[in-house]
Amino acid sequence: MNIVVCMKQVPDTTEVKIDPVTGTLIREGIPSIINPDDKGGLEAALALKDELGAKVTVLSMGPPQADLALREALAMGADEAVLLSDRAFGGADTWATSTTIAAALRKLGFDLIVCGRQAIDGDTAQVGPQIAEHLGLPHVSYVSELEATEGAVTVKRVFEDGYQRIKVKLPCLLTALKDMNKPRYMSVAGIFDAYKREVKVWGLADIEVDQDNIGLKGSPTRVKKSFTKGVKSAGKVYEVDAKEGARIIVEALKEKYVI
Amino acid sequence: MDFLIDKEHALLQTMLRDFAEAEVKPLAKEVDESERFPTETVAKMARFGMLGMPFPKELGGAGGDNLGYIMAVEAMSKVCGTTGVILSAHTSLCAAPIYEFGTPEQKAKYLPPLARGEKLGAFGLTEPNAGTDAAGQQTTAELKGDHYLLNGSKLFITNAGYADVYIIFAMTDKSKGTKGISAFIVEKEMPGFSIGKKEEKMGIRGSSTCELIFENVKVPVGNLLGAEGKGFGIAMKTLDGGRIGIAAQALGLAQGAIDETVAYVKERRQFGKTIGQFQNTQFQLADMQAKTDAARLLVYRAACCKDAKLPYSVEAATAKLFASETAMEVTTKAVQLHGGYGYTREYPVERMMRDAKITEIYEGTSEVQRMVISANMLK
Repeated sequence: MNIVVCMKQVPDTTEVKIDPVTGTLIREGIPSIINPDDKGGLEAALALKDELGAKVTVLSMGPPQADLALREALAMGADEAVLLSDRAFGGADTWATSTTIAAALRKLGFDLIVCGRQAIDGDTAQVGPQIAEHLGLPHVSYVSELEATEGAVTVKRVFEDGYQRIKVKLPCLLTALKDMNKPRYMSVAGIFDAYKREVKVWGLADIEVDQDNIGLKGSPTRVKKSFTKGVKSAGKVYEVDAKEGARIIVEALKEKYVI
Repeated sequence: MDFLIDKEHALLQTMLRDFAEAEVKPLAKEVDESERFPTETVAKMARFGMLGMPFPKELGGAGGDNLGYIMAVEAMSKVCGTTGVILSAHTSLCAAPIYEFGTPEQKAKYLPPLARGEKLGAFGLTEPNAGTDAAGQQTTAELKGDHYLLNGSKLFITNAGYADVYIIFAMTDKSKGTKGISAFIVEKEMPGFSIGKKEEKMGIRGSSTCELIFENVKVPVGNLLGAEGKGFGIAMKTLDGGRIGIAAQALGLAQGAIDETVAYVKERRQFGKTIGQFQNTQFQLADMQAKTDAARLLVYRAACCKDAKLPYSVEAATAKLFASETAMEVTTKAVQLHGGYGYTREYPVERMMRDAKITEIYEGTSEVQRMVISANMLK
């Protein structure tokens, strides 16, 4: 089975800084990691490889530094790595990103595509399902369990208040939840091999894609304004009994004309 | 000259940090307090290739190098000194001499299971009357046809009881002094080999430190490591490598204590501000980090010399002397900066201080390191 795992390198912080002029993320100076949901998907793919002997390819679109995330995936046990990196791909929204990645997937070939549910820097959860639409594939999102059967996969799709168990024929696309497993560590041998192996870098010339639908100019999304959440003033702590506490609250609410 | 860590070692450091934080740190307190050997950690280290880091893949290793290996000892020791010494003794004192001095047959038989971590290794040189004066060996090995008959005992042996393979030194010719010492590969199951008293220690309490007893143990001739009479040289060269491991353990303990202290001084408030806002605290921390960084460069230099197949005996001694004394000083200051809480077992710095002390003693005391360094200066 040919499994392609789509991954995004994301900044590892809750304090993401946003460029006030362009409204895009400032990546410099922030440690980067494999997006947690994607890492869960990678682990699920590697577990299938351990069990059934699949070939696992990792695919990422990003700046040249995203190479690090792919090396990490190789050190965890992925077989091949491809980085989609070209200035022409830059500034892409989910539409342009999924268009570009789908083109790379057509070139790679696949039986199963695994994406993370969503990236912690964008939280859209759109790219995975969009890729499936571009490729005309069935997809199942929010996957928390994965089992391979003959020519199909059986997955558990979870919601806040329940779950579905779905059997879906290959080829298909799944979006994985980080909680579905505990990703393995890189192995030491894998690390010492990671930089001896090839990460293929594909640019615009390497894939067949409609150039009107990629990069910033191919992105229908327009960011009107980005802003950092305002800081609330610090609260006051009173160490008093419940009755006195209630009195203070009522007084404070009256003061602000809430009651 | 390159002081920068290359990409693969940087990647390795992220893995080691994640592993240490998630798998080793949560056990450190309990392992120390109950003097429990962390077998589950050893199994996990084995699974990810950490027990055979500097050895080639053909022999079951991870195909890495000594720099990577000592980074692992450093990372484990940063959160648990016990785990650091288990890894160091196994790799430097057992697997390494088999790799460096073993015959092709010995390497093929013993190295793959050790490097894959299916078996654990140990090293036995010290005896009740032969510590720093290693030439005073009382253990004897008498050649009897196809085997040697091993008799005697060893003291303070790290990993004892949990190790499967032991590098043991014994006199094959008492009349020749150090030239009468030979090295042997001894297996746990060999009849007549038993584990004696377990030591109760100040620090590294989860590591097993016991006496080894040999009563007419038949060691096949094929298990003689190196030539007969060459054991002393093997022991000294093995300890040169081991010292880099212990230096890395000391380095990890120092950095671990600093990291704990930095977190503490940002939280702890006295006189209306955090104690980190006092200049005394700031200056102490600066001194602690500067010395620890200097120790790190010495330790990495020694490992790089070994990887480059350059002489590293003096570099290893320098690294161990400076790193271990830095660890003792830094952990002591860390306890001081924690104040009364630092003296309690609620915080890990007192454990780090207890663990640090041994690094000035084992695998050559600080005094021995000074002898090695100055002898090279005055030769």
